[in-house]
Amino acid sequence: MTAPTGAHNASHETHDYDVVVIGAGGSGLRAAIAAHESGARTAIVTKSLLGKAHTVMAEGGIAASMGNVWPEDNWQVHFRDTMRGGKMLNNWRMAQLHAQEAPERVWELEEWGALFDRTKDGKISQRDFGGHRYARLAHVGDRTGLEMIRTLQQRAVELGIDVYMECTVTQLLKDGDRIAGTFGYWRETGSFIQLNAPAVIIATGGIGKSFKVTSNSWEYTGDGHALALQAGASLINMEFVQFHPTGMVWPLSVRGLLITESVRGEGGVLRNSDGKRFMFDYITDYFKAETADTEEEADRWYDDHINNRRPPELLPRDEVARAINSEIKAGRGSPHGGVFLDIATRRSAADIHKRLPSMYHQFKELADVDITKDPMEVAPTCHYVMGGVEVDPETQAATVAGLYAVGEASGGMHGSNRLGGNSLSDLIVFGKRAGESAAEYAAKLDRRPAAPAADVANAIAVALKPFDDNGDENAYTVQQELQDVMFSLVGIIRTGAEMEQALAEIEKYKARVKRVTVQGGRAYNPGWHVALDIHNMLTVSEACAKAALERKESRGGHTRDDYPKTDPEWGKINLIVTEENGAISITHKPLPQMPADLAQLFEEAK
Amino acid sequence: MGHTQKMRVWRGDAAGGGFVDYDVPVEEGEVVLDAIHRLQATQANDLAVRWNCKAGKCGSCSAEINGKPRLMCMSRLSSYDPDETITVTPMRTFPVIRDLVTDVTFNYEKAREVPSFAPPSDNQGGKFRMNQLDVERSQEFRKCIECFLCQNTCHVVRDHEENKPNFAGPRFLIRYAELDMHPLDTVDRKNTAQEDAGLGYCNITKCCSEVCPENIHITDNGIIPLKERVVDVKYDPVVFIAKKIGLRKDSGRTPVGPAGGGPSPIKHPEKFADS
Repeated sequence: MTAPTGAHNASHETHDYDVVVIGAGGSGLRAAIAAHESGARTAIVTKSLLGKAHTVMAEGGIAASMGNVWPEDNWQVHFRDTMRGGKMLNNWRMAQLHAQEAPERVWELEEWGALFDRTKDGKISQRDFGGHRYARLAHVGDRTGLEMIRTLQQRAVELGIDVYMECTVTQLLKDGDRIAGTFGYWRETGSFIQLNAPAVIIATGGIGKSFKVTSNSWEYTGDGHALALQAGASLINMEFVQFHPTGMVWPLSVRGLLITESVRGEGGVLRNSDGKRFMFDYITDYFKAETADTEEEADRWYDDHINNRRPPELLPRDEVARAINSEIKAGRGSPHGGVFLDIATRRSAADIHKRLPSMYHQFKELADVDITKDPMEVAPTCHYVMGGVEVDPETQAATVAGLYAVGEASGGMHGSNRLGGNSLSDLIVFGKRAGESAAEYAAKLDRRPAAPAADVANAIAVALKPFDDNGDENAYTVQQELQDVMFSLVGIIRTGAEMEQALAEIEKYKARVKRVTVQGGRAYNPGWHVALDIHNMLTVSEACAKAALERKESRGGHTRDDYPKTDPEWGKINLIVTEENGAISITHKPLPQMPADLAQLFEEAK
Repeated sequence: MGHTQKMRVWRGDAAGGGFVDYDVPVEEGEVVLDAIHRLQATQANDLAVRWNCKAGKCGSCSAEINGKPRLMCMSRLSSYDPDETITVTPMRTFPVIRDLVTDVTFNYEKAREVPSFAPPSDNQGGKFRMNQLDVERSQEFRKCIECFLCQNTCHVVRDHEENKPNFAGPRFLIRYAELDMHPLDTVDRKNTAQEDAGLGYCNITKCCSEVCPENIHITDNGIIPLKERVVDVKYDPVVFIAKKIGLRKDSGRTPVGPAGGGPSPIKHPEKFADS
């Protein structure tokens, strides 16, 4: 390996790599480590500072069937839970690889310095979470994501992997039909930077910033989804957006902020304004056989998973979010428009402090609520997009040569609904696979692809367009209006008419953003950054709304008032999103067939 | 229940700058970062500010509010008098990039000087066993969200540029403490902590602990025990004699020097003659 060479171009800098990873969350860092360890000259490009990625917001844990708490657990059970949680729309091979490889990836984090909470006999402790049959989540209190990011960040720095911080990619570069690198700008100076690389891994996270009430940060503008589409790759499952059941509702300033599912995993229950544990009224036939139907059985389950069934508060997230939504609509909500999440009457103050320290801190500091004494008010918040770049399950390769995608930016693994805890494990399982396969692809090429100069010139022109001072639009205003429209019209409950209205609004925004003009110069100018990001937000919003309009059923993170039933025929179909000349279209694709030995797992032990 | 909040924000860059006054409409329950965002969306689109999670978990929005180092997302407006002008300035210890954004490279360079975690080699496949009590000591330091407020506050480097090459700062002294207390770590960083990270510069004024948004007891649980261990091996005459005559052995851990040789992997924009 030789050090990357820096070359001065008239207007921007260029560097050469084998693999460029866009994004420095859990999946990006894990992919970069794998690519580096496979011998590839690797660079990480991230919009934020290293260590700040959205992974730090993951609280509950990493799902992996290590069997430390319940020896009965194994990958087959995890696989089955994952598929059922996703209402069988998951790519079965991804779900299988994920369940099989997650334990090894967790143990690997430990070898890199992560310190998980322990069982009495000193193993990694595992906690209960929605949709998981056994306590399965390796965790560190309620800050597991921070532990993951810090461990991977420290590992990457130790390995000396190049990091381009606060650097935003605006276009993927191609040579014919192959990936040739990335083009973007440094936020600090506004100067441009081109990274030439035959393999690019998209690890940019999700699209949640397009929704008004969200647990996601400013970064979640769907950059990777949009970059991939524009480069000719396809997206899959874009209609499925997860609304996490428990976001904060008050004060307004923190509306949407995540309250970890661990609160329920640790015994917390949901109540309406009558004080009733309403989740017992929302147990669907699909989960009836495995869900407790009395409070007594539900409460016994925490200590005895074998002879009791799971409390309905721990149904998969889509089920719980819909139930909360219904209670609020029926007028049985809390004062600020949520329902009550009660841990105070269920666990001792000492236990709450120990098991849920950052939730205690969050409510105390931001809402003046002491969760050891009073219930929390909660309502669904946009949290995660199941949809993403369509990839090969083994290699994470997208449909464009040299392009890979991983983590939330990729699709298929979680089907129509992701189980809590399956995200962090997804990041490390497929991060490693993506990094290794990208490095292998780059090593096998006999000629380095090179982007045509005209494409780079065009990328520069597009990036500088918002500085033309002939417009009258404010990018922040368009962004806020889009967030309102997506949350209210393509949100937790959808109808055809509302989604058509949303698509019409999106068309208007597309026209308006052409007239956006930014104030100030190029150095660290968030106004300019928003003016560029908004294009990606519009692209992913349109992809989501079009796919959602097409799927005429309700399933997982896609609930339609006009098609309230789950339709077995739709259960055989994935929706694929592609873009040509700026026009987004949707096609149907049959689900890959699960082999008989795996299919059998769903016949047994219902 | 909203009101108009008087804000005074430092605007400028490395070449200089000054305070600009704004009136910002705010709502009940909001934090300083909300006011800054509204200001940015409506009056100053190009106001440079870092933020990510807005939940006190990522440590991006560090600044000085009325002179106190704080996270903007965890500073509620209700803790200030409604008639009071809230002054927001960038962290002082790091060079300004623009407005409220500073160049925190110092911290990333110090991070790579800490010798790596080194577990025993024979523990493939989940066979490590650790006691909860033993992991909790290091877990306290791993709560660190790297907001760098402690680094900003520490008087060893605040207004003392000359100390920066020799001093890692509280954040990385607790990284040493974390690794030193890690049940699996096999290397001895005491010498490195003293010689290369400048542990001796710290005179335990505890300013770092006071500003830590995670309430980590940086000094009491991290730096002081680390100092005691260093003193124990370096200066204790009894230990010195015991070692000489073979009554006491070292920890069995391998002493190491600083990591981070070679060119820095943290990249920066290249400077062009024409820009």
